[in-house]
Amino acid sequence: MADVTLNAATGKSLSIEEQRLSAINSFRFADRTFHNITFAAALFVLILLGSIIVSLIVGALPAIEKFGFGFLYSERWSVNKEIFGALSPIYGTVMTSLIAMLIAVPVSLGIAIFLTELCPMPLRRPIGIAIELLAGIPSIIYGIWGFFTLTPIFGQTLLTASLILAIMVLPFVTAISRDVFLTVPQVLREAAFGVGCMTWEVARSIVLPYTRVGVVGGVMLGLGRALGETMAVTFVIGNAHTIAGSIFEPATTISATIANEFQESDGIYRAALLELGLLLFVITFIVLAVARIMLLRLERKAGA
Amino acid sequence: MFLRSLSGAAIFIASVVGANAADISGAGATFPFPLYAKWAETYKKDTGNGLNYQAIGSGGGIKAIQAKTVTFGASDIPQTAEIQAKSGLVQWPMVMGGIVAVVNIDGVKSGDLVIDGQTLADIYLGKITSWDDAALKKLNPDAKLPSAPIKVVHRADGSGTSFNFTNYLDKVSPEWHDKVGASQSPEWPIGVGAKGNDGVSGTVGQTKGAIGYVEYAYAKQQKLIYTDMVNKDGKKVEPTVAAFQSAASNAKWSEANGYYEVLTDEPGAESWPLTAATFILMYKEPVDKAASAEALKFFDWAFASGGKIAEDLDYIPMPAAVVTQIKATWASQIKTK
Repeated sequence: MADVTLNAATGKSLSIEEQRLSAINSFRFADRTFHNITFAAALFVLILLGSIIVSLIVGALPAIEKFGFGFLYSERWSVNKEIFGALSPIYGTVMTSLIAMLIAVPVSLGIAIFLTELCPMPLRRPIGIAIELLAGIPSIIYGIWGFFTLTPIFGQTLLTASLILAIMVLPFVTAISRDVFLTVPQVLREAAFGVGCMTWEVARSIVLPYTRVGVVGGVMLGLGRALGETMAVTFVIGNAHTIAGSIFEPATTISATIANEFQESDGIYRAALLELGLLLFVITFIVLAVARIMLLRLERKAGA
Repeated sequence: MFLRSLSGAAIFIASVVGANAADISGAGATFPFPLYAKWAETYKKDTGNGLNYQAIGSGGGIKAIQAKTVTFGASDIPQTAEIQAKSGLVQWPMVMGGIVAVVNIDGVKSGDLVIDGQTLADIYLGKITSWDDAALKKLNPDAKLPSAPIKVVHRADGSGTSFNFTNYLDKVSPEWHDKVGASQSPEWPIGVGAKGNDGVSGTVGQTKGAIGYVEYAYAKQQKLIYTDMVNKDGKKVEPTVAAFQSAASNAKWSEANGYYEVLTDEPGAESWPLTAATFILMYKEPVDKAASAEALKFFDWAFASGGKIAEDLDYIPMPAAVVTQIKATWASQIKTK
């Protein structure tokens, strides 16, 4: 039981006091290092985000200067005459995401409620695993599948792209909703059943209000994915730079346009595509901000 | 232990990188891609050197060679001599082929339908919207045309095939000339866009009532239904090697400045109206001289031994006189030492 240790460098022996001091110093150093490394990692994320925004703006500057605000509401996309307008890609992005969410959210919530309330126990795990597998499928596989199974039926239209997006968004919203529904205290559910509520009323009046923050978060995650989806959409949307009145016509989205045309672009054409990318960034940012505000409002109303 | 795994990893990486050091890099048109792929395979068997060709479209190929990310660019869009001089590039035609209109109609087989330039332009302008339109019935009195809507398919990317196709429509239809014109990325009035010749083949194959335009090798490989056409002399022609040859024989390569020639709508009773040449672009003073020398060896081999492979895929090899001229151009213009 030694209460004296040798300091390797000087060969002098240390008292307990000095031992403790050296231990504290080394802990402090380790702590400092850990703090610095994690701080650097967080800072790296901020720097990355900043540099992406800056590089998009710098790249898009020629197009911003040439077209100004007209870019946002002009439909014309002519490579030869170098006249570009973002209205049809923006319209396509917003419409496909909107229709995809309209289809996917009710179905996802239904699946989540089924899994948590009504599903027989032996089926719960297989269905849950199937949902997670669906979430893991790369998006280009969805595009290929859609190309072979959906386009012969619906053609290469806005509707087909929305259907594919709905199928892609479904697993995310379902998985998050299911996890969040499972956090509802059993006592609340049983109390509701006790006063005579049907399963549907329990879901609507107890489970959903309790978990609204999580559900809205899941929906926003799905929407973010739908807005940016590229390869799945470009196979099935028809890549037409026009705004047709109906959803049964070809269209284009911001990401599909960039994916198809970036490689051969240059000069003002490339700047226009980068400006489209910047617009997508802004749209996604607006959607996330709206989601945050909505959540804040909901929480304030509930007095949370 | 750590040092051992590190050195093991280094040797593995070196061997992988070393194995690919001899690959010639090129990018561009999807028009000749089936041929270049076959040539690359045979060249690798003969000499052990590989070719890495990315079929990203003529527009992409021109951008790639301008950015110097590849040793050669491939494009069906000929560059004028002025542009070549300005960018320091040399261009020469590598091989010629035909573009065909492909359709997907039940009960119609390859060669059943005949179409002419004016009708094709009207379809792509959106003026003819149904398969049983009077203009199509006049050209095909015996064919059973359904009263289904025509689903137009075109290219979504910058394409040499689109350039040659719209160049032809521009020549034969004044309305097309006014409204759209010839370009690698025209403002298509209607239709669905697909990426690459393969994308158009796939989309036409999947969509009932569709019409598209692809290089002939794609139509043959994907077993698509192609149509015959009416040429400049008013005769009905089928897309055969003889028809492509007849059109190609009109090209005056020796007089063309910088080899600028567009072969659409050529005269000749047998000529196929949608014939096109595809070009290779390389730098006069390349950054990597050794890589350029390797590339020229490959093209030399292709001119010497690749003719049979080209004809098997229904492409037309360049005539011998032109090949001699091209080799003289290499010797005088491209610095590989």
